[in-house]
Amino acid sequence: MAPAIEVRQAYKRYGDVQALDGVDLSVEPGEFFALLGPNGAGKTTLISVLAGLARADRGEVRVMGYDVRVNYREARRALGVVPQELVFDPFFTVRETLRIQSGYFGLRRNDAWIDEVIERLDLTAKANANMRSLSGGMKRRVLVAQALVHKPPVIILDEPTAGVDVELRQGLWEFVRQLNAAGHTIVLTTHYLEEAETLCGRVAMLKNGRVVALDTTRNVLAGVSGIHLKLKLDPDRLPVELAERSVPGPEGYRVLPIQSHDETPDIMIALRRDGVTVQELELLQPDLEEAFVQIMGRR
Amino acid sequence: MTGFRTLLYKEMLRFWKVSFQTVAAPIITALLYLLVFSHVLEGRVQVYPGVPYTAFLIPGLAMMSLLQNAFANSSSSVIQSKVTGNIIFILLPPLSHAEFYWAYVVAAVVRGLMVGLGVFSVTLVTVAVPVPHPFWALAFAIMGGAILGALGLIAGIWADKFDQLATFQNFIIVPLTFLAGVFYSIHSLPPFWQAVSHLNPFFYMIDGFRFGFFDASDVPPGRSLFVVGVCFAVLSFVALQMIKRGWKLRH
Ligand SMILES: Nc1ncnc2c1ncn2[C@@H]1O[C@H](COP(=O)(O)OP(=O)(O)O)[C@@H](O)[C@H]1O
Ligand SMILES: [Mg+2]
Repeated sequence: MAPAIEVRQAYKRYGDVQALDGVDLSVEPGEFFALLGPNGAGKTTLISVLAGLARADRGEVRVMGYDVRVNYREARRALGVVPQELVFDPFFTVRETLRIQSGYFGLRRNDAWIDEVIERLDLTAKANANMRSLSGGMKRRVLVAQALVHKPPVIILDEPTAGVDVELRQGLWEFVRQLNAAGHTIVLTTHYLEEAETLCGRVAMLKNGRVVALDTTRNVLAGVSGIHLKLKLDPDRLPVELAERSVPGPEGYRVLPIQSHDETPDIMIALRRDGVTVQELELLQPDLEEAFVQIMGRR
Repeated sequence: MTGFRTLLYKEMLRFWKVSFQTVAAPIITALLYLLVFSHVLEGRVQVYPGVPYTAFLIPGLAMMSLLQNAFANSSSSVIQSKVTGNIIFILLPPLSHAEFYWAYVVAAVVRGLMVGLGVFSVTLVTVAVPVPHPFWALAFAIMGGAILGALGLIAGIWADKFDQLATFQNFIIVPLTFLAGVFYSIHSLPPFWQAVSHLNPFFYMIDGFRFGFFDASDVPPGRSLFVVGVCFAVLSFVALQMIKRGWKLRH
């Protein structure tokens, strides 16, 4: 089976900015994938190239095996995109918007699915309201609904939770998780790294148009920062062999990087031997935020 | 076909929802033109023998309104979608280039015909105008609307801002329609300006259209239709190429 998304050596330049600088990326069907990176890294550009909104200067870009230029109609039919910008057509109501979007994809009698999407996204009360009258969060939901009208196998969400309240965020992720469970491939970009950490099986990190990390979320977490042991000691001193390894930590605490949990007993023994008692002990699991900072700081 | 039909429906719904501005207002404008010009010129100017000036003016005014509104429809829709960003709703789906093109052109023709027919009906209160060749009139009305719809699409794609579009409209569309012989027959012009008028494609649309009403024209209607047809074919080719390449639509 062809990858859901396949990008090979994609380059894209805007004036002086090399927005994509040789991106290689492949996402398998059914994955829940995060595209991370600071502002201006090229995430939206990459999504635009996948969606045919922008054209790569060079490289091969496919969605469900379809080249986005040569087989643009098949590629677009396979893809649903929730854009980063909050755009809407002020002439229409929510339902009109969804019916029209559905028609663009060649679907005429699609009301059952449209109703379901409206309900799942909590838009029922606003279904006949004009788009202009909707709040930002509601408009965002309509954008999600629009991306789903044709039940695309691949769904890309470009910062869908930016500026959205917590309740909607959770409802949205619950819905997206179910779509993923039903077999849809999900790709998202987000600023909330804890969201990516809990949701995504794999992440790619982009920086200056290049992929600087691409691995399973677990490997990214493990590989980058390891585990840390945070200790409050009495007296507050470390034996020499441990002091060499310690890293800066919060005031009054000592932080030791460790490879695995197995090291903990040895450290305890070394401390006791030195007459130091442990008042508090905390295991710091690495999080994506930390991994992100470390990876972006490199190179 | 569903994609085309939906985009056409959306384009028509778009102007129909604000039909007071998009249909009623231009009809009123044309009526004002008619009242002012016929008041000033009736009895002083006779273009075709036996045809009162007001009657001469009505088809030209109807056609001018038709053309300007066909242009306004496609151009304002595209520029609005570009500026607000909602153009992505039609760039993301698998619409073919031809579906995209024809939906805008047909919607422009429909709005043009509604306005043109509206002007014609409303002005009938002043003087009855016969239509001996309705099919010629209709053929030119449709072709004129299609040409201006295509031009509007091209201008909308080209323009980045509303004022660029206004420039296009004020410096190209309005002069070409005014100078096409809406208010006069080009036979009343000096030979040089007659020759210049023959280079204006809008002249053939209005001249051919008027043939449907007065059984008289400056140029045989068949030749006018040919010129208009070639014009439309060229514009269609240009517009389709622009859409295919994604010029100013897909970065
Ligand atoms: N249409 C455009 N014209 C000019 N520059 C652009 C355009 N789109 C993006 N860029 C530039 O390309 C770079 C990548 O932008 P973008 O893909 O939006 O990043 P991200 O989504 O990761 O924040 C930025 O430097 C941005 O300014
Ligand atoms: Mg972005």
